[in-house]
Amino acid sequence: MRIKTTVNGQPHEVDDVWEGESLLYVLRERMGLPGSKNACEQGECGSCTVYLDGVTACACLIAGGQAEGCDIVTVEGLASEEALHPVQQAFIEAGAVQCGFCTPGLLVQTHDLLERTERPSDPEIREALAGNLCRCTGYEKILDAVRLAANRQPERPAGSAP
Amino acid sequence: MTTPTKTSPRTPTGAPRQLENEDKGGIGTNPQRPDATLKVTGEFAYSSDLWMDDMLWGVTLRSPHPFARIRAVNIGEALATPGVFAVLTADDVPGKNVYGLELSDQPVLARDIVRYQGEAIALVAADHPEIARQAAKRIRVDYEVWEPVTDAREALGHPTWNRLHDDNAEDVELSRSAAPIHPKGNLVRHLKIRKGDPDAEADVVVEGTYSVGMQDQAFLGPESGLAVPDGQGGIDLYVATQWLHVDQRQMCTALGLAPEQVRLTLSGVGGAFGGREDLSMHVHGSMLALHTGKPVKMVYNREESFFGHVHRHPCEMRYEHGASADGKLVFVNCDIYFDGGAYASSTPAVVGNGGTMGIGPYVVPNVRIDAYGVYTNNPPCGAMRGFGSVQTAYAYEAQMDLVAAELGMDPVDFRVLNAMEEGSVTPHGQVIDSAAPVEDLLRRLQAMPLPATRSEDDAVDVRSMPGGVSNTTHGEGVRRGVGYAVTYKNVAFSEGFDDYSTARVQIQAVNGEPVVVVHTAAAEVGQGLVTIEQQICRSELGVDNVIVHPKNTEVGSGGSTSASRQTYMTGGAVKLACEAVRDRVVTLAQEKAGRTWGDLAMVDGVLVSESDGAVMSIAEALGDDIVNETREHHHRPTQEIDPETGQGFAHVQYSFSAHRAVVDVDIDLGLVKVVELACSQDVGRALNPQAVIGQIQGGSTQGMGLALMEEIVIKDGKIRNSSFTDYLIPTILDTPPMPIEMIENADPHAPYGLRGVGEAPTISSGPAVTAAIRQATGLALTRVPVRPEHITGM
Repeated sequence: MRIKTTVNGQPHEVDDVWEGESLLYVLRERMGLPGSKNACEQGECGSCTVYLDGVTACACLIAGGQAEGCDIVTVEGLASEEALHPVQQAFIEAGAVQCGFCTPGLLVQTHDLLERTERPSDPEIREALAGNLCRCTGYEKILDAVRLAANRQPERPAGSAP
Repeated sequence: MTTPTKTSPRTPTGAPRQLENEDKGGIGTNPQRPDATLKVTGEFAYSSDLWMDDMLWGVTLRSPHPFARIRAVNIGEALATPGVFAVLTADDVPGKNVYGLELSDQPVLARDIVRYQGEAIALVAADHPEIARQAAKRIRVDYEVWEPVTDAREALGHPTWNRLHDDNAEDVELSRSAAPIHPKGNLVRHLKIRKGDPDAEADVVVEGTYSVGMQDQAFLGPESGLAVPDGQGGIDLYVATQWLHVDQRQMCTALGLAPEQVRLTLSGVGGAFGGREDLSMHVHGSMLALHTGKPVKMVYNREESFFGHVHRHPCEMRYEHGASADGKLVFVNCDIYFDGGAYASSTPAVVGNGGTMGIGPYVVPNVRIDAYGVYTNNPPCGAMRGFGSVQTAYAYEAQMDLVAAELGMDPVDFRVLNAMEEGSVTPHGQVIDSAAPVEDLLRRLQAMPLPATRSEDDAVDVRSMPGGVSNTTHGEGVRRGVGYAVTYKNVAFSEGFDDYSTARVQIQAVNGEPVVVVHTAAAEVGQGLVTIEQQICRSELGVDNVIVHPKNTEVGSGGSTSASRQTYMTGGAVKLACEAVRDRVVTLAQEKAGRTWGDLAMVDGVLVSESDGAVMSIAEALGDDIVNETREHHHRPTQEIDPETGQGFAHVQYSFSAHRAVVDVDIDLGLVKVVELACSQDVGRALNPQAVIGQIQGGSTQGMGLALMEEIVIKDGKIRNSSFTDYLIPTILDTPPMPIEMIENADPHAPYGLRGVGEAPTISSGPAVTAAIRQATGLALTRVPVRPEHITGM
């Protein structure tokens, strides 16, 4: 099967995809984008979180064929040519990265949270990131990173939708 | 199709590169990790990200039975599957079909007998992972299924606690032949500690039995690696592991190759926590690669990962504490049974830790400890963070609370009254010869403000309640409890083992600026050793630009990334190599200057003398010379303990931590919300305070996980919950705020005075949580993880 998608703004076309392959496998093994991680491959850990047409999802739970024609953003697409995204920078500064295997999924999910919520409260952060497992940090420094990134966001005019 | 490009014919995409960053910062500061940018951009390559365009995928066929004879293995249909390049069995193991960390007792591929569910039997290599998996299902294995031995005490011929208690353990004939799982019987190790008067009597005596379930390391990066044949009979293995050189030794035996033919490179490691100390795909992938002549990648999925590494030993314990009416401990007697599962792994050392530190950081004149490690047909158990000390802490800390209650004393006061201090003697006869701040750690926790209690008028945020967003209570039936626990844990390897580390440090001038390269084989598993290596070089050599060389077997052993030892051991080796480099740079400077100084130091890129100030730049002193020194760092020697009395100088260093847990318990539903988990820890000296806090918070969370939710459920030798759907680890909603008091009592025996920090918090956090639940509920709760039904009694 042939799949055409847009990933991180670039058109991708891959051939010979077996119908049973997940979007995660297609990204990692066929497109050379291994940034999305394969920690559980059953939708429990969030380490493969990507944007699929603007909505965050576990790439392991999406069949490759389902991504046909979709616009996908992965962790590899968060930074600009010039600089890291503020969420990435905050994770580094706060010490929220240890082994880093959960980091790509957490970055995408945090990016989504801060797009939707300018100054999330701690319970809002915890609820938004509850689907992303981290085994190294105990989450305290992840909370620090999200707060740091949120506080650095310029205030958006009231009513402006992301 | 977009495909990654290869960098050279035999180097995979995703092979580790030099880590380089522009941050400054020596020891005591928090510079940026050299791998941080790669990790937040998705560019950091883990062992599951490796890629070569002609690579095959390897999979493992594992036994569905915990105990069985293999009558026959038929690979014909699997081998005939289109896309399959190889199907290998025990007959194809090129060297000795056996491996193991401490005892070589585990087959690379099972030949006649399988001893646990998940034991590897055959391997398949194919051009797509799904083809390999389908082909593996077509391997026909004919089993004669046997009744598994699944209880550690039964495996030793001791069916009840009463029997044990009634007999003096030394007189008990251990039944080594009862359903023997291995030819020599089911006892892996029996550690005895005998101190003081065995017949001592006390005013107050408290007995308790405790059990701890099997915990999984649950690192997120699955076991994986890429084996690349060199075309001349040798192999290059890129793998996630904790100790490259011990892997190499076992691989050489199994593959029948010399060390120079088995070259390992550390690939990106997605957490470890002990679960990567044993081999996983190392020999299997290499066998497939050598057989097919092609690179072979193996990546376990999460289910296979539960079968592909050892777990934390489940443990059954019986403790008896005696105290005088004025609150001094008189004796402790205990029997500790570690279920090692089907193969030994690190069971002997786990028993060593569990036994020698089995009564906690307290002074007790009369101690009898019998600790056993036992073979069963349960999944093999070995290293996990806390290593034998996590289990016993649940028992001895519960006992301390019970004795305090019996005496009518405050549990913290009772601990303080019996606390170890510098100069105290352990049950195994070792004098604690540096700070042992048990009292200070506990008092600091007590002084920390308690989290606010909810008043009736407050609006309820269900996210802060037991049950969380399941919206099971708005406060009705919820009771608060507070619990304390304290522990100590050995750092580095013990009982006479010389677990040295090696470091090579090189300095040269590049474009007029000094550049340092640090090369060790010590595994970075996420803890931040690469940052520490840079910090030490910056402090010792006065050079900002420090490059971390990829970690591989081209340099001497770095020892294991375990036992909280790498900053101490490899950090110490880097320090020694830097000192040797500094001596040579100073010599070069003095030769160029034509005179000598007694005190030349390297600071901020310049050689400085007290009397003359800046003498010359480091780059000028180096000129075109490249200075390169390699040093080994050995800790002070320890001793084997006496086999009959357990006495001896067994441990290098101790790390102390304490926790205070505050919990809310819904007593109607048995649900627990940890409100706060405060920790105080003596870290000796924090080389990187941010990383130290990260270790304490991460370790505390893993300990809390065992107390509340983490258990591999075994029935009849089979794992019932081999997924993250059914094996739960704490989420960000389960994990509370974790305030920390870090104190620094320098250990005079250690580099920079530091103490290994990674494990102690994993030990004291869980017992504090269970103590808090007991206080809230009034229940005994002698088993962890504490399940809802233990609280509701249903």
